[in-house]
Amino acid sequence: MVLGIPDPWVWGAYILCILITVFCVIYGLVNWNRGGEDEEEQIMEELRWEEEEKRMEEDELGL
Amino acid sequence: MDLLILGIVVLIYFLLVGYVGYVAWRRTETSEDYMVAGRRTHPYIMAMSYGATFISTAAIVGFGGMAGVFGMGILWLVFLNILVGVFIAFVFFGKRTRKMGHNMSALTFPEFLGRRFNSRFLQYFGGAIIFLGMPLYASVVLIGAARFIETTLGLDFSIALILMAVIVAVYVVLGGIRGVMYTDALQGTIMFLGMIFLVVSTYYLLGGVVDAHQALTNISHLIPAKARAIGATGWTSMPLYGSPYWWTLLSTIILGVGVGVLAQPQLIVRFMTVKSNRELNRGVLIGALFIFVMTWSAYVVGALSNVYFFRKMGMIAVQAAGGNADKIIPFFIKSAMPEWFSYIFMLTLLSAAMSTLSAQFHVQGTAIGRDVYETVRRRKGDRSVLITRGGIIIAVLIAVVLGYLLPGSIVAQGTALFFGICAASFLSVYVAAIFWKRATRQGAIAGMVSGAIVSLFWLLFEYKKTAEALGIAKALFGGPVIAAMPWPVVDPILVGVPVSAIFMVAVSLLTEPPSDEHIQKCFNGV
Repeated sequence: MVLGIPDPWVWGAYILCILITVFCVIYGLVNWNRGGEDEEEQIMEELRWEEEEKRMEEDELGL
Repeated sequence: MDLLILGIVVLIYFLLVGYVGYVAWRRTETSEDYMVAGRRTHPYIMAMSYGATFISTAAIVGFGGMAGVFGMGILWLVFLNILVGVFIAFVFFGKRTRKMGHNMSALTFPEFLGRRFNSRFLQYFGGAIIFLGMPLYASVVLIGAARFIETTLGLDFSIALILMAVIVAVYVVLGGIRGVMYTDALQGTIMFLGMIFLVVSTYYLLGGVVDAHQALTNISHLIPAKARAIGATGWTSMPLYGSPYWWTLLSTIILGVGVGVLAQPQLIVRFMTVKSNRELNRGVLIGALFIFVMTWSAYVVGALSNVYFFRKMGMIAVQAAGGNADKIIPFFIKSAMPEWFSYIFMLTLLSAAMSTLSAQFHVQGTAIGRDVYETVRRRKGDRSVLITRGGIIIAVLIAVVLGYLLPGSIVAQGTALFFGICAASFLSVYVAAIFWKRATRQGAIAGMVSGAIVSLFWLLFEYKKTAEALGIAKALFGGPVIAAMPWPVVDPILVGVPVSAIFMVAVSLLTEPPSDEHIQKCFNGV
């Protein structure tokens, strides 16, 4: 009996939910600034993509 | 219903949303290059708006209600949602999808697959699956919101559904108010705080974490005999291994949604709109925290509502909710929480439904217009806009009609079914597209078609819930389903995904590998 829950498969899940969240938070903190090195280039790439998406919305969705 | 409190809450809410929308509008107006500037949004704003779109009424009302029926074993879904839906999706799938989507200038998910494998067929077949399957998901999101209005405002369900449909129609016609991330972020923040308030006060109401769980364990004898007969054991223990209850919980609810999320077209497209890999790294932190607070709280509260209803009314949650699991969360909030809270919660659920629905209809519109119509015609037709808009209107209508026709306790199941169909048709092809350079066009076609056919066949002839309701198997073969236990309770995802993967790999290995040039172009910079 852990936390008032008898089945290890259930209290296990309860605790794993918390652990996986803590893991993701730590991962995010450790990598907070990684992957942004070539940001300028990525933004330009994204811009081209968005322009095309905008065209799609105008031509096909008629927005 | 207290009109004064309701009025004040609605007023404050709209003032806030209006103010935030105005600020966002001012900022984009004064910025010279608003698209580039928009890319530099604060990560908090990005993550909150992502969360508000990701979590819909289905997750809170539908799956929270399922937790009231199946108990806390459903917490495995929270674990998978964070591990698969956030960590694996962002870190392993998101980065590649983003880069490759840009390399191939793909704007929709079927287009992504079509260009990766040089196949128009993949694009329109994928588009057709999305267009045909999405109304089911859209309609359960509608139902989830309508159930909450029904309970909170005491309106008739039909009226609530029409009310929702009208709001959706206006919203979609106005273009879904895309790009207004600030309002999304505000809604996300309210949802986040609302769920924390809900779970903390529920634990407080029931005497603390351990006591609340203990009380839930102590009433496991109240599980109805009917549920016990098919494997239920209590709300703090798993169903009997291999029983129908166990299969439904594990294969449909937990695996179907937990793994199926990787193949959701409207979420995959989001990876392509992310600014850089750094945003994905940061998204892991905020996304995990957000999903944890939203789903974990909803499921814990759903399960614990049994204790509350037992103490207050002497019955379990699903009985208190009149036998409809979709009403457990709305009814619990109405009975146990302060009135102002249920109004705020209703408004945030409405906005959660809106943001999800507009994304769904957007994906559906492009699926029929761009992926099916234009790809089949091989060019931009002059009727593209007409087809797309017509498609969206038809989609909204089907969703509303389904909203009336579908039975109770359907929100979670309907969501799970749609996720399962997507996973069976797209998952193995999508994984191969971004990880396996040897995969061929023929392999991808074989994988997608076999997955779609097998899961459709399973839904029509073998999966008990759907086969019985449709009655086709009975008309053709005499029995409600074809094969015996446990198959009638095994979700299509468990059959469809492996079959699709086998076809994908086998046919790929038997056919000519794709040209180096094409692979180079797709995987450039990955």
